[in-house]
Amino acid sequence: MSAQSTKLMTMAGQIADFFRAYPQDVAIRSIAEHINKFWTRKMRDTFLDLPEIRNGTSDPLLVAAAKSVRKG
Amino acid sequence: MRPSVAANLINEVDFGTPIRASADEVTLTIDGVAVSVPKGTSVMAAAMMAGTQIPKLCATDSLEPFGSCRLCLVEIEGRKGAPASCTTPAEQGMVVRTQTDRLAKLRRGVMELYISDHPLDCLTCAANGDCELQDMAGAVGLRDVRYGYAGENHFDGAKDETNPYFSYDPAKCIVCNRCVRACEETQGTFALTITGRGFGSRVAPGPTSFLGSECVSCGACVQACPTATLIEKSVIAHGQPEHSVVTTCAYCGVGCSFKAEMQGDRLVRMAPYKDGAANEGHSCVKGRFAWGYATHRDRITKPMIREKITDAWREVSWDEAIARAASEFRRIQTKYGRESVGAITSSRCTNEEVFLVQKLVRAAFKNNNVDTCARVCHAPTGYGLSQTFGTSAGTQDFKSVDKSDVILVIGANPTDAHPVFASRLKKRLRAGAKLIVADPRRIELVRSPHVRAAHHLQLKPGANVALLNALAHVIVTEGLVNEAYVRERCDADDFASWARFVAQEKNSPESMEQHTGVPAADVRAAARLYATGGNAAIYYGLGVTEHSQGSTTVMAIANLAMATGNVGRDGVGVNPLRGQNNVQGSCDMGSFPHEFSGYRHVSDDATRDMFESLWGVKLDNEPGLRIPNMLDEAVEGAFKGLYVQGEDIAQSDPDTQHVTAGLAAMQCVVVQDLFLNETAKYAHVFLPGASFLEKDGTFTNAERRINRVRRVMQPLGGKAEWQVASELATALGYPMRYEHPGEIMDEIARLTPGFKGVSYAKIDAMGSVQWPCNDAAPNGTPLMHIDRFVRGKGRFMLTEYVPTAERAGALFPLLLTTGRILSQYNVGAQTRRTDNNAWHDEDVLEIHPFDAEHRGVRSGDLVALASRSGEISLRAEITDRVQPGVVYTTFHHAVTGANVVTTENSDWATNCPEYKVTAVQVRRTNQHSLWQERNALEDVSLRRIAAAELVPAK
Repeated sequence: MSAQSTKLMTMAGQIADFFRAYPQDVAIRSIAEHINKFWTRKMRDTFLDLPEIRNGTSDPLLVAAAKSVRKG
Repeated sequence: MRPSVAANLINEVDFGTPIRASADEVTLTIDGVAVSVPKGTSVMAAAMMAGTQIPKLCATDSLEPFGSCRLCLVEIEGRKGAPASCTTPAEQGMVVRTQTDRLAKLRRGVMELYISDHPLDCLTCAANGDCELQDMAGAVGLRDVRYGYAGENHFDGAKDETNPYFSYDPAKCIVCNRCVRACEETQGTFALTITGRGFGSRVAPGPTSFLGSECVSCGACVQACPTATLIEKSVIAHGQPEHSVVTTCAYCGVGCSFKAEMQGDRLVRMAPYKDGAANEGHSCVKGRFAWGYATHRDRITKPMIREKITDAWREVSWDEAIARAASEFRRIQTKYGRESVGAITSSRCTNEEVFLVQKLVRAAFKNNNVDTCARVCHAPTGYGLSQTFGTSAGTQDFKSVDKSDVILVIGANPTDAHPVFASRLKKRLRAGAKLIVADPRRIELVRSPHVRAAHHLQLKPGANVALLNALAHVIVTEGLVNEAYVRERCDADDFASWARFVAQEKNSPESMEQHTGVPAADVRAAARLYATGGNAAIYYGLGVTEHSQGSTTVMAIANLAMATGNVGRDGVGVNPLRGQNNVQGSCDMGSFPHEFSGYRHVSDDATRDMFESLWGVKLDNEPGLRIPNMLDEAVEGAFKGLYVQGEDIAQSDPDTQHVTAGLAAMQCVVVQDLFLNETAKYAHVFLPGASFLEKDGTFTNAERRINRVRRVMQPLGGKAEWQVASELATALGYPMRYEHPGEIMDEIARLTPGFKGVSYAKIDAMGSVQWPCNDAAPNGTPLMHIDRFVRGKGRFMLTEYVPTAERAGALFPLLLTTGRILSQYNVGAQTRRTDNNAWHDEDVLEIHPFDAEHRGVRSGDLVALASRSGEISLRAEITDRVQPGVVYTTFHHAVTGANVVTTENSDWATNCPEYKVTAVQVRRTNQHSLWQERNALEDVSLRRIAAAELVPAK
């Protein structure tokens, strides 16, 4: 994994950590909204292309949120 | 009547004593003229309001009346004797006479005594023409001194010249106490005193020199001195100024107004402007005295270019430099794509300059890759307060603190970083308000003369959210919530969720103690005080925002304020103390990559339509890169060109070696600055910047107050920065045609709802205006969220404590936190080029005696400070200001390189760096670090300027 990918995964994990206190549906929606609002097209695409997101082995909140993250 | 802001020499009216605030008025007659004044106002001030100036020496309206000089005597019908008008309150029906033969005789007698012990060197005195003693001698008609001048006197007193900026000449002192009172009442430092008794009474900075004393060189004593006893060395050197212009300080976010007092285009003195709403006549050592950098020999005033960063710089014309920058950006975009370039706007620059740079990015680069240094300071404030309150700014004006009963200062060190506000804060504390300090260090506010915090919650670095949740737990579980306020003003469901969340046992002070290190009983007591002590205000700084949970902390603060009903009136609120002079403004102006001016997202079609219509260009609806993302992509090879306006990211941003790797990987870095700063070592085009004295525009301070910045000298580089941005955009194929920065503000007003009513004419008429300023609030908005939150209902957010990944361990057992000190400012580009170095000429590492002893470190030892990011060496200072396990340093000196040590960790929501928590090790050393040695070499090799080509004589 590239340094950039590692960093994006860390950032996504931090976002998930914040919204984890909320009900699951709210958390999933909020994570996706946050990423869509603040991340560039390229960052989102890189995130969506991460193996652990694609194969669903990442944090379940992130995997679920990724479905609502816009492709570039 | 407001004096003209560009008069020959502005002299504000001095009423002698403060005009009291009272709803009740009294009417009295002074010299046959009836005048009505607020109850409690002195006869002296009432006379001034009626147009009569009573002679005075020990009185000035920034200080409480003192009644010592006996010059302001008046006659009052029905009263015996001749009372001092300064200490006599005006009363209903009072009949006062200020000019009688008897009074004249008394006043002349007083002046005779003063003058008998005063050097008669008026013609060669530096205060000639600006001396109240001289004025009063004239006013009372002094023609003779019966006692002669040969008696005992103080003429031989030795001058104290130790302060780099002002001189103390005891021979000229009339012991009016104004300086001592200014130090106490205005500044709150209590450095000065009167030593001796009777004839032996003398002003002294304690048993030491001014420089060696507690004096913070704010200049309040100099400002208050009626003679040449305390006077600026610049006035001694150059003489009295002949005209003055009101402008705004370019240091911290307090945004003090100053009179730039000039001789032609030479600045002689910066005098704090009494009608400046942010500072009301006060100042600090930086704004008052540290302006010499503006004409420092290091200023680069000619544009320069070079092919590679290892080449020597070559001076070129403006046209050539701008053409080079434009062609390089275009080449890069053609080759690597539209999104391969971007810009960083500066919080040191005006709103107008910042607005143009972000416009350049969006309209000429055609992407949204623009960011600002708020990324590394208060970006979490913007996010946190917009989520909870609906707007990205503080809620109060500064004078609101005068009405506070309880003040919580968290993660801020106002006496060092926002000193003029700190003086106002300390004044309120001396009047009885209670103080809670939450800070890992024992900052000055915890215990200083006549100020003592009721609670110092000395938490561990990184535990802000744990502490705030614990405070909230107490408020909720002990029934201290302001139910009526919450019911009326806040979203009920969100509040209910939040209340359930913070009430959980895991958030109790007892449970959180393991994270915070703060005894639970102290947390409980502080929470009760905050919730029940009356008007409670929160002031916070970068100790809140610069954490991995910076945004969470801001929201937790907002939660506390809402839960206790402390938003929406005087004396309360949530108040971010902004770091730089225009960090509020640079955010307002659309410097963030996801939003336009006024904090509207780039994906909002209606907003984008408005901008596209006025700007005549299609705009991108996708967020752009933040600064750290730009650097990451540069290292990876995708981001190739950067325009840096007045910032020095190679020194200020975290993980220096990552920053410089990113810069070095770019093909075109354009730096616009006063100096060849650290970032310029990696630049290919240098565009000379303009100091605040050369600027024309506006700054917006931490109160959302828009102040005018007025040019007092021509730009040394020949162009204003807004002109340079315009010309660069034009060269990029997007013509910008402005004749005056006022036109830019008019465009900002057209495009930004909160600025709709802002214009230079309005600011000039009002002095300043606080946004929102629009149809709903034509005169601006000092207090926000009065009847309702901007977003409607206040929104409580759940703020789970998530410990930072940066932990102390075996390799790096200590936690480093960084900050600022009073005499230096941020990266020190300005203050290091002034005599402020007399107080702080190197960054030092504060370390607790326990940790120092464990490592065999003594004060003054060179120590190596190492983290997983890098290593530097600096001198140690052993102090118990820091707690065991915590070390602290500043980042003011480029040669130290404090940010070599800080890491890439950042806030979850905004990527604001976690400067405040870095796991480190400290050990004794006898050498500089490898980075420091390499940096010293690069200071030379990457900063070479080619000798100008010789032009053969014709």
